[in-house]
Formats: sequence, structure tokens, C-alpha cells
Amino acid sequence: MEKVIELEDVWVRYGNQTILEAVSLELKEPNGLLGIIGPNGGGKTTFLKVLLGLLKPYKGSVKLFGKPPEKSRDLVGYVPQYKGFDFDFPISVWEVVLTGRMSHTGFLKKYSDEDKKAAEEALKTVEMFDLKDRQIGQLSGGQRQRVFIARALATNPKLLLLDEPNTGLDPHMQDELYRLLDRLKQEMAVIMVTHDLSAVSVYVDRIACLNRTLHYHNSREISVEDLEATYQCPVELIAHGVPHRVLERHKGSS
Amino acid sequence: MFDLLQYTFIQNALIAAILASVACGIIGAYVVVKKIVFISGGIAHASFGGVGLGYYLGINPMFGVLPFSLLSALVMGIVSKKSKIPEDSAIGILWSLGMALGVIFVYLTPGYAPDLMTYLFGNILTVPRLDLYLMLVLDIVIVGAVYLFYKEFLSLCFDEEFTTVQGVPTEKLYLLLLCIIALTIVVLIKVVGIILVIALLTIPATLSRKFTNNLKRMMLISTVFGIAISVTGIGLSYALDVPSGATIILVLSFVYGFVAVGMDILESRHVSKS
Ligand SMILES: Nc1ncnc2c1ncn2[C@@H]1O[C@H](COP(=O)(O)OP(=O)(O)OP(=O)(O)O)[C@@H](O)[C@H]1O
Ligand SMILES: [Mg+2]
Repeated sequence: MEKVIELEDVWVRYGNQTILEAVSLELKEPNGLLGIIGPNGGGKTTFLKVLLGLLKPYKGSVKLFGKPPEKSRDLVGYVPQYKGFDFDFPISVWEVVLTGRMSHTGFLKKYSDEDKKAAEEALKTVEMFDLKDRQIGQLSGGQRQRVFIARALATNPKLLLLDEPNTGLDPHMQDELYRLLDRLKQEMAVIMVTHDLSAVSVYVDRIACLNRTLHYHNSREISVEDLEATYQCPVELIAHGVPHRVLERHKGSS
Repeated sequence: MFDLLQYTFIQNALIAAILASVACGIIGAYVVVKKIVFISGGIAHASFGGVGLGYYLGINPMFGVLPFSLLSALVMGIVSKKSKIPEDSAIGILWSLGMALGVIFVYLTPGYAPDLMTYLFGNILTVPRLDLYLMLVLDIVIVGAVYLFYKEFLSLCFDEEFTTVQGVPTEKLYLLLLCIIALTIVVLIKVVGIILVIALLTIPATLSRKFTNNLKRMMLISTVFGIAISVTGIGLSYALDVPSGATIILVLSFVYGFVAVGMDILESRHVSKS
């Protein structure tokens, strides 16, 4: 069995600013949810872009399923961080989700029946099939977020990367999202970047903290030292609301 | 009116109007939805260098414009994406560089440069047969490329980053799109001229966006608008004896103004009623 992710000593710079420093990560299990937390500007989005092959590290090696990211396009689904899209763009929900099939369809070919079936299933998974003919701008923020998740699912990924997918979702929809991820993680490896620490505590199987360096111990517990190093403030401020079963006991305290 | 149709120059003008409307209807839709109006204007103006080069070399200026506009599309695409200078500054610089080269070439050409104004402001009533054949070939190339790359172009225009993640070589595809825009500009030059090209690329497409949410239909509708409006423009310019390129732009602007304002009024009534 190929390892899902092998990152070895990855360094990323913008200009002369180091964004990621000596990041290594090995993910063997083909399923389960890895949560990545960290402060704004900590490099979480950068980290995902390295995994996607959108950014080349100036040092270190990146492998997904034993291959460089460029060779594993059809195995990876991506939900980008909420950004200012042009919502006036003349494209329908259906057309957006189909673009998630391009790595399978190939150049110069029309979408096949299989592509259409995958897109339909993805839309049904996020319960947006009824709205498939809507123009993308005629949806609410949360509905749009679901469409972008469907676009990633249409790829039929073995690895799903989500960058703060809960942004703009109401509590009910967030709950739905987490339950959806809970289901999806049975069949694929899921990595979710989030600021929602209480969700992390309930739904994830593994946690990593990222702030230039990555703290990861292949467990669902975060050590107080890691948290403090990541957020650079006392843990009481961060761990507010985080159930104690996630937060490892402070050494020394009873 | 109909006896006008027996004149060859009128027939040529109508054929040119149709060929131009097809190119600008399809490609204008991309220019508008991808919001690359400025870079398209840059390519158009820079290709004046090609007009000058054509005069200087003593060949048909159209054959100077063709390679020159493709070259400026590539240079602008690469420089604006790769260099550290902001994209719009880079475009602005190349825009004027191309025009300056054109002026120098024309100056260096011995004697008088006939039809120079035609390239700047267009004159659809004097399009020669040879140019029509060139326009037809370019139209076929443009339509063929869009047919082949439709799903890639759509995704590229909507979300470049995600398209890259899907394994599509987006940088090359973007350059291809700019080259197709360059070809479109060559098709349009004889109709409205370098200076006014950008109006033909943007107005019919923007107008058609008001009637549909689908890119393909947008291309179709703006082609129809283009034909109707340029034919009207040709008729008016012939009847009033005023320059055809500018007349077509004026008709376009008027129609756009009426439709846009009219639809906005209708919509605001709708909203206030409900
Ligand atoms: N294109 C860029 N050019 C230069 N610096 C950049 C660029 N993109 C990001 N950075 C810098 O890299 C650092 C990490 O950015 P990144 O987007 O990865 O943070 P993040 O952890 O995703 O933050 P957030 O929680 O706000 O989404 C930031 O300091 C940012 O300023
Ligand atoms: Mg981010």
C-alpha cells in the first residue's frame, strides 16, 4: 500500500521570507480526518498548495501516493479557502461541478457519461442536485461552499484537501459539513484546515499544528507545548472551549 | 435599399460584418467574463507596430499585423504574469511601445503611407477580397480552437487555480487565449480599426450577458447583436456619408445604453413591486 502523503524536510519561501520550515509529514492510512490548526498567516494554505503542486518548495520532497503531485491529479480533491470569486460569472452549478472531472476526462475530450454520473453523485452527496441549473451567483454563501465541495468530490479523490470549508456556514450547515466529512473519511484521507477548535476536538482523528513548522505526532491529542509554540500565547487563551480529552494533560498538574 | 446589395463593396462589407461579428461575439465573451479588457486593448494597440512594419517592408500591412499581434499577445501574457512589475503597468508599457514602433516604421517608410487611417479607425466599405479570405481563415481557426478547448477555457476563466489542480496547463492555455484574442483583433481591424476594436470586443458580449447565464448562449447572442448592429451601422454610414467604423461604435453604444438602462428600470420596478 502506497503512503498517502510523504513530505520530507520541505522549505517554502516567498522572496526572502521563510513561510514553511523543515516540514515533514507522513500519512500512511488511506482514510481518516487530519485537522490542521494554526494562526492566521501560519502557512496553512501554503502547506496545502505544496501538497497540490501549486507551489514548488525550494528544498525538500513531496510525494502523494508515491508520485509527485503533478502525477496524482486525479486522486486529489481540493476545496480552496473562501475567496472573492466573480459570482456574476455565467456558469451553472452543474458546469462548476463538472470541472472537477477534467483530470479524468483529459484534454480535447467531451465530458463522458461517467463524468456526468460522478458529478451527479457529488451534487447529491452535498444535497445540491436540485439546484444544479442555477447560476453560481444565485446561491447563498453556504450553498456555494457546498458546490465547491461537490466539485472536489466529483474528482473521486483518495485524498481530499479542504481549506477552512466551514467559513460562511451557519451552525446547522457546519454540523452537516462535519457529518459529511465523517462519512467521507471512511473511504478517503481527508485533511481539513480550520480555526474551529471545538470541531477539531470532536471530529478529527489526528491533529497537526502549523506555524512555520509543523507539529504532528500522529495522534488526536495536542500537547500544550505544541499549542503554545504554534499560537505563541498561553494555552488558556487558545484552548477555551476545547474539551480536555483532546488537550493532553499539562505535565506537572494533576 | 436592396439595389445597394448589387454593389461589390456593399457585399464585401456585409460579409466582413458577419465574419467580424462571429469572431468578436465568441472571443468578446471570454474577454468580458475573464475581465481581460485592458490586456486585449493593449494587444490591439501594440499591433499598430505591425501595421508600420508592413508599410516599411512594403507588404500588405495585414500580414505585418498578424505576426506582430501574436507576438505582442505572447510578450504581454508572459511579462504580465512573470515579471515583478504590476500587471497593468506592464501592459501599459507594452501598449505604448508597440504604437511607438509603428510610428517610427511609418516615418521611416519612404513616401506616403496610403490607408493609414483605415488601420486606425477602420473602413468596412473598402475591405478588399483578399482581406475577406484572411478573415475567413482566421474565423475558422478561432471557432475551431474554442470548440476544441471549450471546457478548459470555461474552467480557466472561472477558477484558474483549480483548473491547474485538475492537471490543465493553465499558463499555456492562457497564452493560447491571448493569441486567439490577437487573431480576433486582426479580423476586426478593417471593420473598426485598432483604436476602436475594444468596443466591438466588449459591448456585444456585455449586452448579451444581460439575456443569459450561459457562456455558449452568450457567444451566440452577442454574435447576432454584432451582425445586426454592424449592418445597421454600415447602412447609416453609407446613407449619412460618415465614417463606418465610428458609426458602428456609436450604434453599439446607443443600443447598449438603451437596453442596459431599460432593463435596469424594469428590474428595479420588479424589485420594488415584490
Ligand atoms: N503570494 C504571496 N506572496 C508573498 N507572501 C505570501 C503570498 N501568499 C502568502 N504569503 C505569506 O505567507 C504566509 C502564510 O500564508 P498562508 O496563506 O499560507 O497563511 P494561512 O495559515 O493560510 O492563514 P489564514 O488562516 O489567514 O488563511 C503569510 O505570512 C503570507 O503573508
Ligand atoms: Mg489560509
